[in-house]
Amino acid sequence: MPDNTSNETLRGILEETKTIAAVGVSTNPVRPSYFVVRYLHYRGYNMIPVNPAYAGQKVFGKEVLASLADIPKDQTVDMVEVFRRSEAIPGILDEALEHLAGLKTLWMQFGIYNEDAAETASAAGLRVVQDRCPKIEYQRLFGELRKAGINTGIISAKLPELRP
Amino acid sequence: MSDALKTYGFETLQVHAGARPDPATGARQTPIYQSTAYVFQGADHAAALFDLKEIGFIYSRLTNPTVAVLQERIATLEGGIGAICCASGHAAQLMALFPLMSPGCNVVASNRLYGGTVTQFSQTIKRLGWSAKFVDFDDEQALRDAIDDNTRAIFCESISNPGGYVTDIPAIAKIADDVGLPLIVDNTAATPFLCRPIEQGATLVVHSTTKYLTGNGTVMGGAVVDSGKFDWSASGKFPSLSDPEPAYHGLKFHETFGPYAFTLHGIAIGLRDLGTTLNPQAAHYTLMGIETLSLRMQRHVENAMTIAKWLEGHPEVAEVTYTGLESSPYHARQKRVYPKGAGALFTVRLAGGYEACVDLVDRLELFSHVANLGDARSLIIHPASTTHRQLTADQQEAAGAGSDIVRLSIGIETADDLIADLKQALEGGST
Repeated sequence: MPDNTSNETLRGILEETKTIAAVGVSTNPVRPSYFVVRYLHYRGYNMIPVNPAYAGQKVFGKEVLASLADIPKDQTVDMVEVFRRSEAIPGILDEALEHLAGLKTLWMQFGIYNEDAAETASAAGLRVVQDRCPKIEYQRLFGELRKAGINTGIISAKLPELRP
Repeated sequence: MSDALKTYGFETLQVHAGARPDPATGARQTPIYQSTAYVFQGADHAAALFDLKEIGFIYSRLTNPTVAVLQERIATLEGGIGAICCASGHAAQLMALFPLMSPGCNVVASNRLYGGTVTQFSQTIKRLGWSAKFVDFDDEQALRDAIDDNTRAIFCESISNPGGYVTDIPAIAKIADDVGLPLIVDNTAATPFLCRPIEQGATLVVHSTTKYLTGNGTVMGGAVVDSGKFDWSASGKFPSLSDPEPAYHGLKFHETFGPYAFTLHGIAIGLRDLGTTLNPQAAHYTLMGIETLSLRMQRHVENAMTIAKWLEGHPEVAEVTYTGLESSPYHARQKRVYPKGAGALFTVRLAGGYEACVDLVDRLELFSHVANLGDARSLIIHPASTTHRQLTADQQEAAGAGSDIVRLSIGIETADDLIADLKQALEGGST
């Protein structure tokens, strides 16, 4: 399911987003969800881990919450990132729309997409990214993947903008 | 929604892809980063790099800023998602197979391949417990019959070496797709200017960058390009990519890196443990070469067509195998699959047999007698006694490298000069 979100849109999301609720995060360090969330944490995003199976445990110092509804009302969440199966997306979206007032982006990880939920989210004013990894996109757009021979799709004679 | 969909022409990409101005200095030409190692920002940074939590430069066996530019350049020109550069085309073939194979597995390969590849596949890879089956790729049923439960890849060349044959990549890709196996295409002799195998269904593309991509006969190199399109987890046949990788603390590459799994596996495990690394000086020469790839390939093709036509009319010549000629049995396929040209590599069968071949090679003044192809200079060789020497007579015939055949790699010199040289050599020497 190729996602045609433009580089500009993806760059905008990654630059404007400050707080990310990560639904389905694992506490196992070799699981992709842990790997990705830890990376984004390391890059300075305020990560809120969510997973009922690990509620109360900590990942890199952050307490895992049971659901999006448990996020304090005064905490603005810019993006919900989902590491759950595609069929779980509608339920997560409903919860997000109900509890996260300032939400701007719904992001679904590699292999996860749900066109119906994506339409609902767009209609609610959210930006939607499917079947992509925010870690990979950050690395692609801000110069890191360039170090590994990846086709970044970026052609420019301007000096690269580097981020930490 | 604009820039992701923005596309550039081949000529723009061959100059710019991968090579933004150097972030450290603003240098416009890609610098040669002649350094073996890179200082870490601190202990956490070092640990993150080693865990692949962050991508960065550690040690030039794995990644190097100059080599990385070449990798992205080649990946982009081939329409792939990423590329791994390595020390030679032969290294690239091993690097392509390495993540796919394990002891007991086989690759089903075309019987029309560079002789060195036939030897690598039929003899040397046996020491790793791998094997190869060689099949006539024009016989689709034979190809299907050769594929068994232990087959992990299908391998062919686009324009084959020593010449006279072009693979019907869409037809072979269809078979690979039917059986759920990756198709690996060696695109050395066509280059991405004449053929983009990934667009025609290939999973991986390998190159000897020593040839047309560098284009000036200076440095050895190879590349593996991944399409990013193959589902490594679907069949359970590729555990190194789909299952916890014991050589990388149990990381599941496909699940973690999605379409980038093959490329990152190639760096993190392939280059790390096989050490088939390309050096940055060589990468620089190849980058310089690629900047003019389209211009050279147009001239190579134009010269090859002119010379093949002239040779076909010469009484000493029994056969010219150039698929750009209407007399070639593969001409219609060439027009369909390789519409921008048939390359510049072909063989000539001489009526005078082996002796006439040896005489021709000795009498030529402008053609260099070397074991190489894809140079700006015109080259000639007698494959049966050199590049295809380790093959049996039957294998030589099947590969189009019989004893009465010479292989020409037509350069970018003035075509009339090349014809004059061939004429004097065919007609008894210049004296």
